[in-house]
Order: sequence, then C-alpha cells, then structure tokens
Amino acid sequence: MQNNEVFKNPLSLQLDPKLFEPATTQEKAQQVIMRDSVSFGRDALRRLLKNKIAVICMAVILLIALIAFLVPEFYPYSYTKQDVTAKNLLPFQYSQKEMAKIEKGEKLFPHIMGTDSLGRDYAIRVIYGTRISLLVGIVAAVIVVVIGIIYGSISGYFGGRVDMIMMRIVDIIYALPDVLIVILLYVVIKDVVSQSKNDLIVRLGAGMVSIFLVFGLLYWVSMARQVRGQILSIKEQEFVLYSQAIGASPARIIRKHMIPNCISVIIITAAMQIPSAIFTESFLSFLGLGVSIPMPSLGSLASEARSGLVSFPHLLVFPALSIFLIVLSFNLLGNGLRDAFDPKLRS
Amino acid sequence: MNLKFAMYICKRLGMAILTIFLVIAITFFTMHAIPASPFSSEKAKSDKTIAALEKKYGFDKPVPEQFVNYLWNIVHLDFGLSTGWVGNTVAELISGGFYYSAQIGFMAALIAIVMGVVLGAIAALKRGKWPDKVIQVVTTALVSMPSFVMATLILLLFVLQFKWFPSRATDPGGLILPTISLSLYPMAYITRLERSSMLDVLGQDYIRTARAKGLANSKVIFKHALRNALTPVITYAGPMMAYILTGSMVVENIFSVPGLGRLFVNSMLRTDYMMIMGVTIFLGIMIILMNFLSDILYKIMDPRIDLT
Repeated sequence: MQNNEVFKNPLSLQLDPKLFEPATTQEKAQQVIMRDSVSFGRDALRRLLKNKIAVICMAVILLIALIAFLVPEFYPYSYTKQDVTAKNLLPFQYSQKEMAKIEKGEKLFPHIMGTDSLGRDYAIRVIYGTRISLLVGIVAAVIVVVIGIIYGSISGYFGGRVDMIMMRIVDIIYALPDVLIVILLYVVIKDVVSQSKNDLIVRLGAGMVSIFLVFGLLYWVSMARQVRGQILSIKEQEFVLYSQAIGASPARIIRKHMIPNCISVIIITAAMQIPSAIFTESFLSFLGLGVSIPMPSLGSLASEARSGLVSFPHLLVFPALSIFLIVLSFNLLGNGLRDAFDPKLRS
Repeated sequence: MNLKFAMYICKRLGMAILTIFLVIAITFFTMHAIPASPFSSEKAKSDKTIAALEKKYGFDKPVPEQFVNYLWNIVHLDFGLSTGWVGNTVAELISGGFYYSAQIGFMAALIAIVMGVVLGAIAALKRGKWPDKVIQVVTTALVSMPSFVMATLILLLFVLQFKWFPSRATDPGGLILPTISLSLYPMAYITRLERSSMLDVLGQDYIRTARAKGLANSKVIFKHALRNALTPVITYAGPMMAYILTGSMVVENIFSVPGLGRLFVNSMLRTDYMMIMGVTIFLGIMIILMNFLSDILYKIMDPRIDLT
C-alpha cells in the first residue's frame, strides 16, 4: 500500500479506515491530562504542610536552631566568663556593679535568664546547651541514616545466608543496653581523650566521644531492620527484575530503585531516633558523663541547678523547658511525618 | 506446648545466653584495654604494693586466663572484690543496692503497666471526646520530658516545698516518690501504645460479631478487645526494663536512694573497675532476660504469630 488510500475487503469484519478522520488540535488538547502528575514526595510534603501541628513544630525547631547557632555570634556575654559580683541573679536583675554602670549612662544587655552560682550569664549557657542537644540529634540522625541504609539494603538485597548472618548481628546489637555501653566506653576512653592531640576531641570530651561512638555502633539497628523489611518486599517487584535483566549492577539497583522506594520508612525512623538520641545525651550529661566543663549541656545545667533548687528554681526551669520544647517538637513532627508518608493512610 | 514452641524457646534462650556472653566479653575486654592499672590512681603507693594488690585481685595473670576465671566466677555469682569500697565483694554491694532498686523498679513497672493499659483503653473507648484529648496531651508531654527533669520537679514540689514526703529514702514512705517518677515515662508510653492497638482491635470484624450477637458491652471490651490489645504492650516490656534500670541511676541520685543505680554512678566516680564491670554485667543480664521473657510471653499471648 503505497498511497494513502487504505482498502477494505468488503467481506472483512475490520472497520472501514475511510470512516476515520484526523483529530483536530482542539480534540488533541482534550487528551492532555489536566493536572500535573504529583510525585510521592511532593504529595507527602503537601499533606505534611496541611498538618498544622507539624508545621508549628517545624517552625519551633527552626527557630530554636537559629537561636542556638546564630545568637552566640553577637551575644555580649560568653558562656565561660565568670563575674563574682553578679552571682545568682534572678532573670532581668542587675548586680550592684552593673547598676552603677547603668546610672553612669552605660547601656548593658540584661541577663534574660539571670546568672548561675559562678556569675555566668545563664541565657548563653542554655543556648550553648541547646546547641549541643541539636548537634547530638543531627549527628545521630546522619549516622543512623547512613549506616542503617547501607546495612539494611545489603542485607535485604542479597538475602539468604548473608541476610541471616547480618540480621543475627542486628538482633544481638539490639539487645545490648546502649546507656551501659556509653558508660563503659566513657570509663575506658577518658584518659585517651584527655591526652589526645586533636583539639576537637579534647573539647568534646570523653562523654561526647563515647556517645557518638555508641550512635555509630548501636543506634542504626532499628533503621537497618526497617530498610531491610522494605527492600525484601520491593525486591520481588517486576521493575527490579527488569533492571537485573538489562544488566544493572546491584549497587545501581539499590541506589536508583530500592532506596527511593524506602524513603518514607527512612524519614519516619530517623525522625523517631532524634528525640531518643537527645534524651540519651542529656541523661548522661546529668550524670556528669556528657560534655566536659566548662561547656554546658542541658543535662549538666539541670544537674548543677539541683544544689540551689529551692531558692533558684529558674536555673532548672530554663534548661528543662528548652529540652522539653525540642523533644516535644521532634516527637510531634515525627507523628506528622508518619501520617504524611505512610502509604497506607494515603487517600 | 508443642514441639515447635519448645524449639522456639530453645532458640531464643540460646540467643539470650550468647548475648549475655557477649556483654560479659565486651565489658571485660574494654575494661582491660585501659592503659592504667586500677590502682595507679591512688596516691603514694610503691611498685611493690601495687604488685601485691594486683596479685590479690588476680590482675597479674595473662588476660585470657583472667577472662576464663572471671566467667567461671560469674557463673558462681562471684563478681570479685571491690576496689572502691575496700573489704566488700562486688556481689555483696550489688545485692545491697538491688534490694532498693528491685522494689522501686518492680513497683514502677507495675504502676506503668496497669495505669498505662487502663488509661490507654479509656482513651480508645472515648475516642475524640475530652478524656481522650486530655490523656493524649498529658502523655505526649510526659514522653517529651526527660526523667531527671520530672524527678527533680517532683522532689522540689512534694519534698522541699510541701514537705509531704520524707527527704530520706530509707524512711518509711521514702520510696514512693522515686517509684512514681520512674513510672511516669513508661506509663505514658504504654498508654499511647495501648490506645492505638485498642483502636485497631475495636475496628476488627470479630468485635462487630461479638456485638452483633448481643454480648454485653463490658464483656466485649474485657473478653475480646482488651485481651487482644495487650500484645504490643508485652513487646515493650524489654525496653521498659532497660529504661527502668538505667533511669534508676538518675532517680536514685536525685532522691538519694542507696540503690544499684547510685552505686553504679558512685563506682564510676571512684573508678572502681570491678564494680563497674559487675554492675554493667548484672544490669545487662537483667535486660536481656526480660527481653527473652517478653518474647516468649508474646508468642503465648498471640498464637497467630509465626514461630520462626
């Protein structure tokens, strides 16, 4: 059939091609899908933004992070500076020396949260403590995500004996009590850290180093379990078989096909781990095993506040409030993320 | 009790024993990786005295031999001699502290489970009404509050301000506040678990069947719903044990209870290595055994679960 004429056998049951006419541009336009296709991530984000509580929590976390990382840059007091004439001031109170200065016409920044028993401005100490807490949360989340994903996806993808051995290891790590291991490590590395030549490690102190070590050793197991479970179910699907058939390497399949499909589980699990990491740090700092003095942490501030509890309860209230706000926001945001990313609840 | 279940118990028990062994090994070898001798921190001691002390405590032998000895002694509940509290064995000190910690821990766990299940069930049954809302707000606040803040606030209010309770833990009634402050977090956690699992169960077909055949509401709730909604709570028993045992370190310090947790913190301050090892291993064993028990109980409560 060279020309455009298409002939139909009169006895054929085929439709007569002559009855067809080309579609007009207008008709073609009708076929275009009216709405942009919504990707899973964008859909989840939209649902998250609809959740008022989650949005407020995100705003609170951002605000606290901004305060913790920016305010120390221009704050007039430092967290180590002691002033014996300004001990145990109440919030917005000035010492006599400072009052004299103000009368002379000098402008002084008020002690928003008062001062502690050594005359250090309390607000800046609480801000530094908050910074430590957030740092611990972020580091924990990064460690959990990186190690958990790599371990879980290898275990899930290869399956069989590899999976069995890797999961037994996870089971054992899961049963190890994390606080006990931190304490053990602290006792062991105390001397090593204090004599270390690395300035950062000395400043962090044995407590923080052992906390981070334990995050790397123990905290990723629940993430690994979740990712493995997800990978196991994705592995059976056709698009993975197709990739394998056209010769994609396991690393590429895991990276390009499996991890994007696990992203909701990863986000939810990471968000749930952050508060528990912050809790662990403050708990250990409270026992005196966290950051090394004079660096404050919310836990060590609360611990120091116990000595003058009846006369200066505000020394407990401010760090307590700060940690409460951080953990509460992360908890509620975690719930919001779960609701937004859980495909079972998709409507 | 069929064969499959017995197999499962054996397998879990094997895992538990292996984990306990690993805890002991990790504890032992990390403690022996410390460059300093446990006696070097003490002042003005000749090399001869240190050598004599090391001999007395068995530190002069090669490390693998020490490890085998240590394991063998632990099987006989002998954790060695304390170097921080001279003249006491670690086992004596642990059992002395455990006397208080066990009371606090057991009561706190009991309160947490009973109150948590009751409050969670109420919240689920009154879903969306004010009791549910109040319970949800309070429990969300409680799980966001660190144990040391809670315990210090309780101490400040009820001991220092109102003086309703004795300030010494060994006085009668002195253990009430530590117990309550230890139980609040697990209670709130269990309430949330129980609420969501109860809501899940109440939506099941067999609940509708039970109601349809005209069963009294109380019977539906107690016989069908509550019982099935308990399984997630049982899985939390292991983590709860870990929380209570480690949480007691903070609570016992705040309320000055002479328990295991305070002993542990003090042995760190005195760098008493034998004590630190002993208490770590003891707490580790308790947590692992509790995990084992909750695993077994979980399978008994919910026979639908595949025994693998």
